[in-house]
Amino acid sequence: MDDSKRHILTLLVDNEPGVLSRVAGLFSGRGFNIESLCVAPTMDAAVSRITVTTKANPPVIEQIEKQLNKLINVIKVRDLSIEHAVKREMALIRVKASTQTRAEVLRIVDIFRCKVVDVGAEQYTIEVTGDQGKIEALLRLLKPIGIKEIARTGTVALYRDPK
Amino acid sequence: MKMTGAQILLTMLKQEGVKTIFGFPGGVVLDIYDEIFKSDIRHVLVRHEQGAVHAADGYARASGKVGVCLVTSGPGATNTVTGIATAYMDSIPLVVFTGQVPTQLIGNDAFQEVDIVGITRPCTKHNYLVKDTRDLARTVREAFHIARSGRPGPVLVDIPKNVANGTVEFDPDQNGSKIQIRSYNPTYEPNVRQLKKVVKMIRNARRPVMFGGGGIILSGAAQEFTKLARRTKIPVTASLMGLGGFPGTDPLWLGMPGMHGTYRANMSLGDCDLLIGVGVRFDDRVTGKTDTFCAKAKIVHIDIDPTSIRKNVGVAVPVVGDCKLSLKLLNEMLDNEDFSDIVTQHRPWLDQVGEWKNTQPLAYEQGDDKIKPQFVVDKLFELTDGKAIITTEVGQNQMWAAQYYHFDQPNHFISSGGLGTMGFGLPAAIGAQIAFPDKLVVDVAGDGSIQMNIQEMATAVQHCLPVKVAILNNGFLGMVRQWQQLFYDRRYSCTCMECAPDFAKLAEAFGAVGLRATKPSEVEPVLREAISTPRPVIMDFVVEQEENVYPMVPAGKNITEMLLT
Repeated sequence: MDDSKRHILTLLVDNEPGVLSRVAGLFSGRGFNIESLCVAPTMDAAVSRITVTTKANPPVIEQIEKQLNKLINVIKVRDLSIEHAVKREMALIRVKASTQTRAEVLRIVDIFRCKVVDVGAEQYTIEVTGDQGKIEALLRLLKPIGIKEIARTGTVALYRDPK
Repeated sequence: MKMTGAQILLTMLKQEGVKTIFGFPGGVVLDIYDEIFKSDIRHVLVRHEQGAVHAADGYARASGKVGVCLVTSGPGATNTVTGIATAYMDSIPLVVFTGQVPTQLIGNDAFQEVDIVGITRPCTKHNYLVKDTRDLARTVREAFHIARSGRPGPVLVDIPKNVANGTVEFDPDQNGSKIQIRSYNPTYEPNVRQLKKVVKMIRNARRPVMFGGGGIILSGAAQEFTKLARRTKIPVTASLMGLGGFPGTDPLWLGMPGMHGTYRANMSLGDCDLLIGVGVRFDDRVTGKTDTFCAKAKIVHIDIDPTSIRKNVGVAVPVVGDCKLSLKLLNEMLDNEDFSDIVTQHRPWLDQVGEWKNTQPLAYEQGDDKIKPQFVVDKLFELTDGKAIITTEVGQNQMWAAQYYHFDQPNHFISSGGLGTMGFGLPAAIGAQIAFPDKLVVDVAGDGSIQMNIQEMATAVQHCLPVKVAILNNGFLGMVRQWQQLFYDRRYSCTCMECAPDFAKLAEAFGAVGLRATKPSEVEPVLREAISTPRPVIMDFVVEQEENVYPMVPAGKNITEMLLT
């Protein structure tokens, strides 16, 4: 029985050239998978945050965390799937919008409270922010209409303040 | 005062206590080599950069110090990769300095440029590209700190040419402050609560075994490990990397376990109810089939690296900490325990172990006609009193050296365990000889392996290093041939080396001494002559061609399912 679960790992790392390569290389070198990866500096210019989502069973996720901690440039590792966290993802979706389907697209955009950020003769580009469930639901609805292109950020997350 | 990068490097090396470096010059490191010429540091010129890294590795394994190499950019750097990976797999402290093209040319496909930092990222503990001369001193200090602390490992420092000849203001005296790397803090002190659990388990165990590995050697924990075993009367085994951590001539010694381990070691592991692993990583050569490894035992695992714990086998009591410190604390806790009844408690187990030893000892039959390779190692052990530093190549030669030479002290068995690098033994012997000029250093080799770095004989001759090479010459790539015999119906695909050099003549061509033995009666005289010759020697022992290493645990089997003949 496969007891793999999706895990969201948030790492604080030194903001130095090559650090992302070290982290990504660790995953690929040891056969761990990366579903998505997001990286940017934090308020401390010397520190970046990397958010990685991966699917693994318990012994493997334990190894992943330990191996990440072992990297010299990794300051801290937290598994946000087990903590209370705010998880968000952003996507830009270019969807077909012919004269027949245009209204339907706009209705869906309204229902999901996302935005149209680009308009073309035959297409709209939609910007949506939300948790993974919301993005997946939107994509499911837009698919029959015709999704031409999509750019996703992958999950970013921050732990909630413990009350 | 104003100093160039090269001068700063030499100053920092001196501050780190480095007396010897192994290297090979080239274009981008000319400035560094100019400073070496003016300094009193000893530089051992090798004949291949791979030899430089293996030599620094052998030096580190023998002495416990950090081995240091210096090579040039491009092919010089890429030639170090095998050596670095070898050290990485066995956790050996090395700092490898590679030259690099000037910073403004990096990424431009310049002459002799490679992204060595990118190439060695997966096989170094850490690596650096120094972009500014002002960062050089701090980087060198950090490199040495990382190499030798926690679980040791190789660190690479890439120095562009303009960084080496750039000039900055540098105060050599203001470098005394302690290194602080916020993201790197290895745990040395073990958790006392966990150790208390270990004491309780020792108390209650009926069939315990202690299992030591490379961590015992690296931590300098042999004495504490031996003390613990002897006072609790627990039989001891050690992985290839741990040989010498417990005296191989002690009655409690089980021999090495695993794929080519002894019968009694493997049977003991299969039947024990407590396994205390110290400084080991439960590698697949030892465990065989992991889900049935030590099926009846609770496992205690003491190691400085948390990633090793629970990676391959389930562990009942994990202890993260330095081996020496952990064992010392354990011994102190045991000072309060009464072990007078332990002998009675363990008597049936020790009797069982003794029975296994007597039913299936390591054995071979030496006739009068063809030399058996095991006989050579046996004689070597006898004539050196078990006190030589033995390096090995890889394959059958390595296994026979591990089985038939019994090490009583740590840092005397130097072998590429994790990566299994052929060609390691000769340069490693050179490094060990540099560390201990007055000791006898012998490389046990195969005829395949020795050809991989044979050029280092010139290094031995140039630096007057009287290393002895004992080639177990069977005309084959022995270990592969053995597998082909046992599992591929004797289809010897590409394992027969139809052309071989005359190794004795080859030794003489290098300016060393060459000896040969073709009959069993010649083995002892050749060994005696080599040992008493104050020059490097190659001994060509023409041995039985199709001799196999036994016991053998075939792939995918439990370690108790050994092939014995």
